[in-house]
This record gives sequence, structure tokens and C-alpha cells, in this order.
Amino acid sequence: MKKSPIVTVVAIGIGAALFFVLGRFVIIPSPVPNTNISAQYGLLAFMAALFGPLAGLLIGLIGHALIDFSWGGSFGGIWWSWVIASAVCGLIMGIGMKKISLTDGVFGKKDVLRFNLSQIVAHIICWGGIAPALDVLIYHEPTEKLVAQGLMAGVANIVTTAIIGTLLCTAYAAARPKKGSLKEEN
Amino acid sequence: MKPIFNYIDRPSPIHALTGATKLCCLLLWSFAAMLTFDTRFVIALAVLSFVLLRLSMIRLSDVSFLLKLTIFFMLFNNLVLFLFSPQYGVEIYGTKHVLFGSGRFTLTQEQLFYHLNQMLKCFAMVPVVLLFVCTTQPSEFAASLNRIGVKYTVAYSVALALRYIPDIQREYHEISQAQQARGIEMSKKESLVRRLKSASAILIPLILSSMDRIEIISNAMELRGFGKNKKRSWYMARPFRAADWLSMVFCALLLAAAIILNIHNGTRFWNPFL
Repeated sequence: MKKSPIVTVVAIGIGAALFFVLGRFVIIPSPVPNTNISAQYGLLAFMAALFGPLAGLLIGLIGHALIDFSWGGSFGGIWWSWVIASAVCGLIMGIGMKKISLTDGVFGKKDVLRFNLSQIVAHIICWGGIAPALDVLIYHEPTEKLVAQGLMAGVANIVTTAIIGTLLCTAYAAARPKKGSLKEEN
Repeated sequence: MKPIFNYIDRPSPIHALTGATKLCCLLLWSFAAMLTFDTRFVIALAVLSFVLLRLSMIRLSDVSFLLKLTIFFMLFNNLVLFLFSPQYGVEIYGTKHVLFGSGRFTLTQEQLFYHLNQMLKCFAMVPVVLLFVCTTQPSEFAASLNRIGVKYTVAYSVALALRYIPDIQREYHEISQAQQARGIEMSKKESLVRRLKSASAILIPLILSSMDRIEIISNAMELRGFGKNKKRSWYMARPFRAADWLSMVFCALLLAAAIILNIHNGTRFWNPFL
């Protein structure tokens, strides 16, 4: 189905608002003390699968930047490195999930596999690579610390995306009318 | 519901600047503060940022919660930094002045100086972000993005996000309470997988209803001809004045100074130990 560019603009806006609310107010305690699970990456993967890479990029960028602004930068300013990593994460997910056609109500086993492979690759590139690399440049902190931080976030994000993202896609596809589900009657 | 972006309306010269100016200055200032670790320059930035905070008539009591959070996070981050590599300062400054202790956790002057730099940098950046958030009206923020060259469709996405955050927050709250009444558990008493599944029981209705919202809004915008022209005007946009240009030039000079200092020093650090 061809989407109008206006749908993408609105999807980015609402997607970023959802990303913000999930990231800022939805608190799911994790086994590691003082760390919460960020449910927003499951949403990001779902939106990227549904609306494409550009939407993924901008939802990650705007949503994450707004979260940092709403804390008044109290965690050491705006963490541009992580904001950029979120954005690239949405972009890579969108590219990897291009073949998934959720709007037609299809989300089979192959799509589940494709969805999860893309999200794992995206998270590894962003939290294992881009975020620590930019952090080294910007904050000049020891590389081991930054990589450890990135990996911790990355693994948590992969798990939440796998569970919440897959459930979301399944629920959405089930609610859509299937392609060719209407038959002409005589 | 409490507003989330902490905008405080006061008659100050900083409030009078346009949103575009403040955004531009914030970006230039952040880059300047990120680029250099020259202690003298970072101290100047930190002092200046508190002067600006004063000038904006934002009282410390207005932002005390956020400042406490900053200090807590800063101390915690520095503790983790020390635990991860207690000799990082020696690596950077190339000399070793031992204060006391021995072995892995030997405390050196270089390490303390490195921590001082990290903390100063925090104080060079945080007040400016606070200043931006407290003195810029959220809806002017979206208009100002378009002003500094971001495509208006993207700026409009930001405006939409800001407009719908309170709505979605309210809806989340309602769905969450309804599901909790049906016995959904998200606290530590449940296993992690179950916790995530119960989170999904709240998130799925929230997100699926938001998909309907996307359709409604985009239809409404399409009917009004959104995206037809190359440009659009903004209700909240204001013209630039002399003060706007002056502050942008000043921040650009700060960034230039940071770059020149880095080239002059040959490194990003200022080394008092040599």
C-alpha cells in the first residue's frame, strides 16, 4: 500500500510522543538495581516496520531528544551520542524490515524472524558501536566503561524489543483485514 | 497534570530572545563545551552559564529538583569512572603524582584533576540546557526548528509530538489503571518475562488506538492541504532583533575559541603537570 507523505509526518509526530511517554513514564523494574527497562524500543521497532526507515530515524531522534530535554539535561546535558544512536537504530530497523507488510495483516514466522534479526543487528550496531564511539569522542571517558554501558543498554533493548515489539506486530497484523479476504458474491 | 517541559514565564532578556536564537546558541554552546577539556575555558563557561541563569530570572529553587538530580548523577558517574579505570588520569596527563594508596586504586593528582574536569564540564553544559528548557515555550521550539533550516514537515512532526504528549500520557494512565483493576502486575513480584508481557497488555491498546489517531489526524491535514506549498508560516514565529544576532555571534565566537584552544594546545586537555 502506498502511503501519503502526510501519514509519515503524523506517524513521526505521534510515534515520537509515544516514544517519549514510554521512555519517561512507563517504568518496568529490571533485575539490575536502579535500571529500568526501556519499553520504547519495542515501539520504535514496530513503527519502523510499519512506516519505514525515515520514520524510524526521526521517531528515535525526536523522541529521545525530547526525553533528555524534559529532564532539563540533568544527566549531564543532552546526550547527543545516545540520541543519534537511537535515531540510527530506528533507521537500520526500518531498512531491515522493509519487506514486512503489516498493513496487509501478514506477520508469519518468516516475518517474526526478519523482524527480530533486524532489531538485533540494529541494537548491536548502535549500542555496541555508535554510542560508545561517539561517547569516547565527546566525553573522553575510558573506553571499557562506555562499552560496558552501551552493551548493558543494548542487551536490555534487544530483550524488550523481542518481546514487546513482536507482540505489538502480531496484535496489529491480527487486527488488520487480510489481503484478499473479501470475496465477490454473485 | 504537571507540565512536562518546565517552561517558566518571566520578563527577562533571555525570554525575549527568539526560540531559534536560543536553539542555535544551545547547539553552539554544547559543541564548544564538548570539544575542549581545557580547564580554564570550561571554568569560564560554567561561571558564565550560572550568570546567564541569573539573568534569566530563573531561581535556583525553580530547578532545585533537577539540579539535585544532576549532582547525584554526576557523583555517581564519577564513582563508576574511578572504579572502571583509576589510572585514566595518569594515562591522559602522562605524569604520576601519587597522593596515597598503592596497587590498582592508587589515588593520583592526575586522576583527581580528570574528575574535576569531568564535573566542571557537567556544570558548563547542564545550566544552559536548563536555561533553554525553562525560557522557551514548547510551541515556539517547533517554529524555531523550521527557522534554523529544518524542513517544515519535520518541524511539524515535532509540533505534533509536543501537542499529543499530554493526550497520550493521559490515555496511558487510564489504560494502565483499567488493566491493573483486572489484575495485571508490573512490579518486582513477577518474573521479568511476565512483567514485560503485562506491560504489553497496557502498551498494545495504547499503541493500536494511537494508530487510529494517526489516520484521523493525517486525513484532517490532507483535507486542509498540508504539504502543498514549499513554505509555511508559524503562529509562534518572531522576527530576529539585534540582541538575537549578538547572542548568536557571541556563541559562535565561544565555539571558535574552543577550536582555536584545541589547536593551540595540540590536545583537548590542558596539562598543568608539565
